[in-house]
Amino acid sequence: MTVELGQISLLAALLTALVLGLLPMIGSYTGNRRFMAVSTTASLVQCLLLMVAFGILTSAFIIQDFSVEYVARNSNSLLPMGFRVSAVWSAHEGSLLLWELILSIWIAAVALFSKRLPEVFRSRVLAVLGWISVGFLLFILLTSNPFGRLIPSAVEGLDLNPLLQDFGLIVHPPLLYMGYVGFSVAFAFAVAALLGGEVSRDWVRWSRPWTLVAWAFLTIGIALGSWWAYYELGWGGYWFWDPVENASFMPWLVGTALIHSQAVTEKRGAFGNWTLLLALSAFSLSLLGTFLVRSGVLTSVHAFASDPTRGIFILVYLGVVVGGSLTLYAARAPKMIQGGGFAGLSRETFLLINNLVFAVLAAMVLTGTLYPLLIDAIGAGKISVGPPYFGLLFTWLLVPIVLAMPIGIYSRWQQDSGSRLISKVRWPFLMALAVGTIVWIMQPDIGFVSAAGVTGGAWVILGSLFYVVQMMTSKNRISIPASVLAMTLAHVGVGVFLIGLSLVSTLSTEKHLRMEAGDKYEMAGYTFEFLGTSIVQGANYSADQGEFIISKGDREITRLYPQKREYAQRGNTMTEAAIDPGFTRDLYVSLGEPLDQNGQAWAVRVYHKPFIRWIWLGAIFIMAGGFLAAANKRYRRKMTAKEPVLTGTKEVTA
Amino acid sequence: MKLSKFFILLFTLTLSVSVLAQRSPVQEPMVFETQQQEDRFNQLTQELRCLVCQNQNLADSDAQLAHDLRAEVHEMLMAGKSDDEIKMFMVERYGDFVLYRPPVQENTYLLWLTPLVLLLSGAVILRVIIKKRTVLLESAPDEEPENQNS
Amino acid sequence: MNSRIYPLLGFLLLIVLLVVGLNIADRKTNLPSPLIGKPVPVFDLPVLASPGQNMSKESLLGKPYLVNFWGSWCITCRAEHPVVTELAKLNAVYIIGMNFRDEPQDAVAWLKKWGNPYNVSLTDFDGRVSIDFGVYAAPETFLVDPSGTIVFKHLGQLTWEVVETEILPRLANMESGS
Repeated sequence: MTVELGQISLLAALLTALVLGLLPMIGSYTGNRRFMAVSTTASLVQCLLLMVAFGILTSAFIIQDFSVEYVARNSNSLLPMGFRVSAVWSAHEGSLLLWELILSIWIAAVALFSKRLPEVFRSRVLAVLGWISVGFLLFILLTSNPFGRLIPSAVEGLDLNPLLQDFGLIVHPPLLYMGYVGFSVAFAFAVAALLGGEVSRDWVRWSRPWTLVAWAFLTIGIALGSWWAYYELGWGGYWFWDPVENASFMPWLVGTALIHSQAVTEKRGAFGNWTLLLALSAFSLSLLGTFLVRSGVLTSVHAFASDPTRGIFILVYLGVVVGGSLTLYAARAPKMIQGGGFAGLSRETFLLINNLVFAVLAAMVLTGTLYPLLIDAIGAGKISVGPPYFGLLFTWLLVPIVLAMPIGIYSRWQQDSGSRLISKVRWPFLMALAVGTIVWIMQPDIGFVSAAGVTGGAWVILGSLFYVVQMMTSKNRISIPASVLAMTLAHVGVGVFLIGLSLVSTLSTEKHLRMEAGDKYEMAGYTFEFLGTSIVQGANYSADQGEFIISKGDREITRLYPQKREYAQRGNTMTEAAIDPGFTRDLYVSLGEPLDQNGQAWAVRVYHKPFIRWIWLGAIFIMAGGFLAAANKRYRRKMTAKEPVLTGTKEVTA
Repeated sequence: MKLSKFFILLFTLTLSVSVLAQRSPVQEPMVFETQQQEDRFNQLTQELRCLVCQNQNLADSDAQLAHDLRAEVHEMLMAGKSDDEIKMFMVERYGDFVLYRPPVQENTYLLWLTPLVLLLSGAVILRVIIKKRTVLLESAPDEEPENQNS
Repeated sequence: MNSRIYPLLGFLLLIVLLVVGLNIADRKTNLPSPLIGKPVPVFDLPVLASPGQNMSKESLLGKPYLVNFWGSWCITCRAEHPVVTELAKLNAVYIIGMNFRDEPQDAVAWLKKWGNPYNVSLTDFDGRVSIDFGVYAAPETFLVDPSGTIVFKHLGQLTWEVVETEILPRLANMESGS
C-alpha cells in the first residue's frame, strides 16, 4: 500500500518541478517578485517529495516487499541488510530515482545557498534546473517507474546480481551521480547568463564553487568505480575504456577544462565564451552518457537493461536540453572579444592550452566510443575500439598538459618572461629528470614511455611544491592561501596518479598457474604458498575458500583468502579476489577453476602490482583540492546586483 | 568376467577417456616454455575481443568460446607463429571486430586521424587567439593585474 | 557564418548518429562473415555415430550445400528445427548438420527426439572447424556453391523468410548459372 504513495510523491514532485520551471522564469521577465520567490519553496518541496519517494522505495527493499516488481527483480530474502539498501540503485529504475533525488538535493542547495545572488538571475538558474527535473521525472513516470506492482506478487526475489553485492555499490553510484548531476548547476548558471545577456564575470564567480564541488565528487566517483572493478572482477584490471566508463570520463575532462576556464573568466574576463560552452558541454556529456548507458546503443558490461522506448525518450530529452542550450549559445553568446589582451607567454595562454588539450581529450574519447557505431550505421563494417586505441592517444595527449602544468602554475597574468619562468622551474625540472633517470636505471624494464611518465609525474609534483615553498619564503610566512593549497593538492594528485599509472603499467607481473596444496610460487621476491581450500558459508552463498601464505624471504607477511562463491538464488559463480594492499605494491590472488574432481588442484592467478594505489591516491588528492578550492571564503562574499558589465573590448571597472 | 570382455571394456573406457581428453585440447592455465611467450600470450589475449561477451577481452572472459580461442592462440604461439599471424587468423574468421586495436585501413582513417586533426586545429586556434590578444595588449595596455596568485 | 553555431551543428550531427544507432541497436552484435566469397574452410570430419566414416569438403564439390551448425545444448537450434525440416522436405539443397562442441550421444538423442532433417551429420567435437568457419554463436547456417565458395551466412535462428528471400533465390541462381 505504501509504494503507491511513492508514486504519488513522484507525481507531486513533477507538478512542483513544473511550477519551479514556469513561475520563477516568468517572474524574471515580468518583474513579479512573488513568482520569483516561488523558486525557493518549490525547490525545497521538490527535494522533500523526492526524499519521500526514495525513502518509500528503500523501505520496500528493507522489508522485502516482493509485490513490488523492482524489489522482486533485485533483491532476495537472504540478502544482507546493507546490500538491501544499496540494491535500491542497483538497476535502471532505482538508479534513475537516485539520479533525480540527487538533482533535487542540488537544486535545494542552490536555492538555500544562493540567496545573495541577484533575484532575476537566481530565479532563472532555478527555473532551468526545474526544467531539467521535469524531464527526468517524466522519464521515470512514463518509462521507468520503480513502484510498479507485480501481480501476483513474487514469493522470492531474483536476488541482487552477486557482482553488485559489495561495498562498491554502496559508495560508487551515489558519489558518481553527485558529480554527474552536479554539473547541471554550472549548466543552469550558463543558461541563465545567456538568457540575461549578461557578460559580466560575476556569474562565473558565483558558479565556481558549485562546479568545483561537482567536479570533485565526479573525480572520486570515477576513482571508486576503478578501484571497485579492480578488486571485484578478479584479474587486476582497473580501467577498460568501456563505453560506460568513457561516459563518466568525458564530463570529467570537460569539467577540468571548465574549472580552469572559469578562473580566467573570473579574474581577467577572457574566455567567456569558452567558459559558457564548457559549462553547457559538461552537463550535456552527462546526459549523453546517461543515454549511452541506458539505450542499448553500445555494448558494455555496465549497461543497464536497454529498451528502445527509453532510448527514444532520453534522446528527445537530450535533443531539447542540449539543442536548446546550444541554440541559445549561438544566438546570445557575446560576439565581441572580452577581457584584456595578453602576451604569448602568460598565464592566460597556459590556461588556454589547458582548455584546448582537455577539449581534444574529451573529443578523442567521444570519437573512439562512437566510432564503431558510426561505421556500422553507414554500413562500412563492424570494428572494435578498445584500450589499445584510447590508451595510446591518452598518453600522447597528456604530454602537453604535463609539460605545461608546472610552468603554468608559476606564470603571471597578462605577460611573463621566458627567462623568469625558466629560472623558476629549472630546479624542479632537473630534479624530476634525476628522479626519472634513477628509476629507469633501477628498473630498466619499464622502458622509455614509463620512465617519461614517472619523470612527468615528478615534474608536476616538484613544480607544485616548489611554488608553495617559494611563496612561503618570499613572503616570509608559513601559511599560504587556501586557494593555493587547493591548487597544489590537486596538481600533486595528478603527479601521483601519473607515477602510479606509469609504474603499474610496466612493472606489474601476473602468473596463471596450477597449484596444489603445499605448492609454492615465487614472484617479485614474494613467496606464495597454497595451503588448499575449504568450504565457507556466507549469508547467501557458499564458497570454496583458498588459503595462501605470503612471505618475503623467511618472514610471513600475511595470509590471503580468495574465494570462489556460488550464490544460491541466481546460481552465479563469482570470484572474490584476495588482496594485500600496500603503499608501494599490491599482492593479489584469485582462484580460477578447480582442476580436478576433488578440488585439490586449482588454477590460480597471482599478481604483483607496484604502486597501483597511487592511482586512486592521486584521485583522492585531486578531489580534496577541488573541495578545498570550493570552500574559498571569497565565494561567500556578498554579491551585489551592480557588478560591472563588460562592453566592447576593454574592461570597465567600477 | 571373461578376459576378452574385460579387455573390450577396458578398450572402450580408454577410448572414451581419450575422446574426452581430446575435447579440451589445452587445459588452463596454459603452460609456456619461456616468459616471453607467456607475455606475448597475455598481450595478445588482451588485444583480442571475446565475441560472445558484453565488451570483454579474451584474457578476462570465462565463456566457452573465449576458452577455445585462447587455446587456439596458445597453440599458434607455441608453433612459432608471430603476433600478426595470430591476429590475422582471428580476423580472417571473425572480421575486424575481434581486434581491440583497430587496424589502420579505409574505414578507420577517420578514427586515427581525428585526434591528430583536432590537435592541429587546436594549435591553429591557439595561435589565432594569442595573436588577437597580443594585438589587444599592445594597443591598450592594462594596468598591472592584481592578485597574481592562482 | 559566425563560429558560435558550430557546436549546435555538431550536436545535430550527433543526434542523427544516435537516432540511427537506436534503430540498429538490436543488430549491433551481428557480425557479418568475412568468409563470404571465400573458399569454404578445409574440413575432414567424422560422420555422427558412424565410426570410421569421414567426410571432407572435397567430396562435396560440384553441388551446392548448406552447413548448419548446431548443438543439443542450443535452445535456438531447437526453435529453428521446424524450418530446417521444412527445407529438407523441399529437397532443394544438400543439408549438412554440423554438430559442434557436443557429446555424440547427446546429438544422436536430440536428432532422434526431434527428427533428423540432415542429409548427413558431421561431428566437430572440439569446435575447431566451427572456429575456422568463424562461428561464434549457434545456430549458424552457411550456403556453399558448387565451386566450394561460401555465398551466404545466416546468424541465429533460421526463419522461413530467410529461406525464401536469401537461400532459395541463390540456389536458383546457381541452377541457372551452371
